[in-house]
Amino acid sequence: MAKTDIGPPDYKTMLPPVIARNYGKWRYHEIPQPGLLVHTAESGEKLYSVRAGSPRLVSTDHIREICAIAEKYCDGYLRFTSRHNIEFLLSDKDKVTPLLAELESKGYPVGGTGHAISNIVHTQGWVHCHTPATDASGPVKALMDEIYDYFVTMKLPNHVRIALACCLNMCGAVHCSDIAILGIHRTVPKPDNTRVPNVCEIPSTVASCPTGAIRGDMKNKTITVNDEKCMYCGNCYTVCPAMPIADPDNDGISIWVGGKVSNARSAPSFSKLAIPFLPNNPPRWPEVVDAVKNIIEVYASHARKHERVGEWIERVGWERFFTLTGIPFTDKHIDDFDMATETFHSSTLFKWE
Amino acid sequence: MAESKTPLLDQLEGGKWPSFVKDIKQAAEKKPMAEDLLQQLELSYKDRIGHWKHGGIVGVKGYGSGVIGRYSDRPDLFPNVQAFHTMRVNHPTGWFYKTDALRHLCDVWDKHGSGLMNMHGSTGDAILLGTTTDHIQPCFDDLTEAGFDLGGSGSALRTPSACVGPGRCEWACIDSLDICYNVTMSFQDKIHRPMFPYKFKIKVSACPNDCVASIARADFSVIGTWKGDIRIDQGEVEAYAASGLDIQKEVCDLCPTKCMELDGKKIKIYNKDCTRCMHCINLMPKALRQGEEKGATILVGGKAPILQGALLSWVIVPFMKLEPPYEELKDLVLRIQDWWDEYGKSRERLGELIKRLGMRVFLRAVGLPAVPQMVKAPRTNPYVFFWPEDIKKEVK
Repeated sequence: MAKTDIGPPDYKTMLPPVIARNYGKWRYHEIPQPGLLVHTAESGEKLYSVRAGSPRLVSTDHIREICAIAEKYCDGYLRFTSRHNIEFLLSDKDKVTPLLAELESKGYPVGGTGHAISNIVHTQGWVHCHTPATDASGPVKALMDEIYDYFVTMKLPNHVRIALACCLNMCGAVHCSDIAILGIHRTVPKPDNTRVPNVCEIPSTVASCPTGAIRGDMKNKTITVNDEKCMYCGNCYTVCPAMPIADPDNDGISIWVGGKVSNARSAPSFSKLAIPFLPNNPPRWPEVVDAVKNIIEVYASHARKHERVGEWIERVGWERFFTLTGIPFTDKHIDDFDMATETFHSSTLFKWE
Repeated sequence: MAESKTPLLDQLEGGKWPSFVKDIKQAAEKKPMAEDLLQQLELSYKDRIGHWKHGGIVGVKGYGSGVIGRYSDRPDLFPNVQAFHTMRVNHPTGWFYKTDALRHLCDVWDKHGSGLMNMHGSTGDAILLGTTTDHIQPCFDDLTEAGFDLGGSGSALRTPSACVGPGRCEWACIDSLDICYNVTMSFQDKIHRPMFPYKFKIKVSACPNDCVASIARADFSVIGTWKGDIRIDQGEVEAYAASGLDIQKEVCDLCPTKCMELDGKKIKIYNKDCTRCMHCINLMPKALRQGEEKGATILVGGKAPILQGALLSWVIVPFMKLEPPYEELKDLVLRIQDWWDEYGKSRERLGELIKRLGMRVFLRAVGLPAVPQMVKAPRTNPYVFFWPEDIKKEVK
């Protein structure tokens, strides 16, 4: 009989001795160079963390290579970050430089610390998901190749958190990112009336629609969709497989900006729509890469030190954001869901551009 | 030279960032399943559409979650990914690994699956990508032998996650790792056996920097915070100034409550005005330390857009002391889940239920007092509900 409910391994068995000895007694940290964190404990002991990028989708042999590196330099201790980076945890300062050299020779980007662009949190896309409007790993790889320099340096006004979700389900915190890349559908799902009665529950399908676009057709044991009310969220497809929504010509990517999750200076906030639609253009999504790179570069050259993307836009105004980035403002940028009117100007206190 | 069967994906092998295509190809050298994944993905790149069928229910004995069923919609072309199920493995809290454990995980996965995984998924689990139905139970058996267990999926408690906290960070106000591990172990049943209206996420960040996006992503957010004055080492303040930090401009002027002043070379903080945003401490960790009374702020309701729009968690307990075994915290989780379970509709997240029935109703149900820290401002509309007992008093 298999064991059940054993839970994850106890993290305490995974901690390097230097951490076990100084647990909860860290005093301060420094970032002497991109990708290297040095934490000093009250005891005076130091922990060196070397942060390296990863594609997130990794082979077991790749993980074994990472293990071999950790065994050579870190007595076999490492961790992963909440943004899918690898962190090699060292207690011996003398091993830092040789580790950095080995990582460089093996093609691991070292960085993602301080005022940098860290790894892009992302979802499964065409690799493994059943509702994607775009791929995830592909656009991330294409974009990180282009903005690599911002990962290995710390020259931005503040850190820029980028996340990608391949559909509105958002299996990643893209709704609160400095820059969010979000796959969207634009085709109204067409119920397959021969399958709906067999594979779908009518009431839950009706209830799945945020805008009330779906009505039950009890006589025919199916449902109908009011096209005008549908904003293609795909939630009906999640509960009713007989309503396919994917469409190569109309699926694509939207870009959102100015969200954050930390409480530093300003409250956590949602990302706001910058670009409603860009086409899926695999394998390198040039329109998406160019659009994101443009936003990063405009931010980098206009924001003040320590301003996050959203704080910069708040200061200069959304009017100027659209002017500076050259992104066209459209009626799609004006909210028409639930709490829409909260985002409308009810004053004369706006800017000309 | 033979023509490549994956001309589109091949274009993602170049460039400086590590390539997932290389990893798939590496796995494909050993595994026909990984090879067919590569070929199916190439077809998706050509067709610009996913090639996985909708869902599929698979699992291990005794559990209702942890395995995600996945089937190819082109098994005629790619028979080795006809079934390509995902297993979510609960990561060691804080994503700390000793390499022997990690190697063990790889060995199990090479034996049973595609040899491809995500380190890690967005919720935190190590994601084992792609196995067949007949391998799920044996894989699970080998995983538990290796000391690993599955994570949550579906309408269950999802795998809780925590920031690195006291493991490495001087800003940790609470033991995020221990709290997360304790909660995970205490609520194993809720992780493995879906019994809620929808998913429920718990995330623990040890300070307001919120490195696991708890406020944005968790139904139940635990954020470390403090009471008492920020401790200042004026000598280190001077050292930061000497090293080139413009304390007036970069620290004081960016303080959102303007609670700090630079008096000559010394910093003065009006702590009553401070909202503990961490900005000054982030910039000068050697010079400034949080107040000594540590605890957590508890917030609830955060979620991504589906269904009624995205929500950020709302404050329900401004300050809770958190010491092992965390009974007050876990008891609150249980009271909240009981209420949500009772009143929540199918696929209604906690935040949406609170929005539908009212924070007032929620607070009374779980036994929490209303306090000013819960709101940015009191209501502006006059549509006020009174409890029946309020009215009786008024009428008499």
